[in-house]
Amino acid sequence: MACLVLSGSLLWPVILKKDIKMDVLAIIGAFITLIGSIFMVLGALGLVRMPDVFNRIQTGTKASTLGTILSLLGLALIVPSWSGKLISFILFVGLTNPVSSHVLARAAHHLKIPMSVSDRTVTDKLSEYYNNNPKEVEE
Amino acid sequence: MVNTILTIAGALMLVAILLSLYRFLKGPTTADKVVAFDVMTVSSSAILVLLGYYSNRYIYLDVALVYGLLSFIGVIIVARYIEKGY
Amino acid sequence: MKIKTILIMSVILFIGWLIMNNSLQPGIVISGAILSVGISMIFCRYCRLINDVRLTPKALAYSFAYIFVFSWALIKANLDVASRVIRPSLPIKPGIVQVRTKLKSKIGRLILANSVTLTPGTLIVEYHDDLMFIHWIDVKSEDVEKASQEIIGQFEKYLEVMYG
Repeated sequence: MACLVLSGSLLWPVILKKDIKMDVLAIIGAFITLIGSIFMVLGALGLVRMPDVFNRIQTGTKASTLGTILSLLGLALIVPSWSGKLISFILFVGLTNPVSSHVLARAAHHLKIPMSVSDRTVTDKLSEYYNNNPKEVEE
Repeated sequence: MVNTILTIAGALMLVAILLSLYRFLKGPTTADKVVAFDVMTVSSSAILVLLGYYSNRYIYLDVALVYGLLSFIGVIIVARYIEKGY
Repeated sequence: MKIKTILIMSVILFIGWLIMNNSLQPGIVISGAILSVGISMIFCRYCRLINDVRLTPKALAYSFAYIFVFSWALIKANLDVASRVIRPSLPIKPGIVQVRTKLKSKIGRLILANSVTLTPGTLIVEYHDDLMFIHWIDVKSEDVEKASQEIIGQFEKYLEVMYG
């Protein structure tokens, strides 16, 4: 799956030996890092502004995940000899972050934290499901 | 050129950490605080990688990797604790 | 069946070894090959999770295309959520909807759930067999079929070919 992209990343130091190319690549990488940090700020802003836990998980962890991935990718373009470890770090962040946000959302729903203070929340099918099948809650 | 842009990016990451620190201190429930903790650690591991670029140390990447691993395990443990109580 | 599992696992381990070492010297390559085959023969004799991976050329092509589809969806959804965060009126309409997946294999469901969670705007809260409960930041329809088409339709098309 991701193996093809990863094996391509190993070839970066071999392909790019010209200095001029390196300069252009470094500037592109710096801009990618900048975009990633902007995403991080937006995610943290969403963390402050959103009304309840689930929306905070949505905006906070996801946007900061993309921000981290983009900034590490930019650094991998700036310093090609580090790209191996940076890409393993990107894979690590991409694999662990959805798991932790899913576990947090599950725990928050289990604690019966109210979904939103205003009347914005439309539906909650999971509570309906639990009300219809009470034995599923026990496990 | 590159260093200037990277400095701006690092400053923006610090702003992100400060914003989530607000939620960490204020957050009404435990889950809010854990979410804020998650965002803070992910952003600060990116800052650690940037610091590694500035001081030109390859070993800082390992520090960032272990830091991210510990934050993941911490979040899982706290979530499991508040869900099941053990 | 067993040989396929060991093969897939050792290829994954070998690529991970090469990435962590970041060099192609013959000593590192040979020791990595021996170690990855040995580890996967010892520990992965009964890995049932990756038994469902298909190794046909069509599946490989689809998994290569899946990376781009997923990246595009990730960036699009991130821009969407970011624009929602910036606007002063905060135009969100959150809710938990029910979704039914067609995938049978465990690894297909795992990758589907991870992709849906990594895309901003949708978040898996709980699942029971083929029912998934997704927290959606902008509920477009509460109907099971329409919500399935809207959220997981784009990923399911590829994962069905890859893992069944």
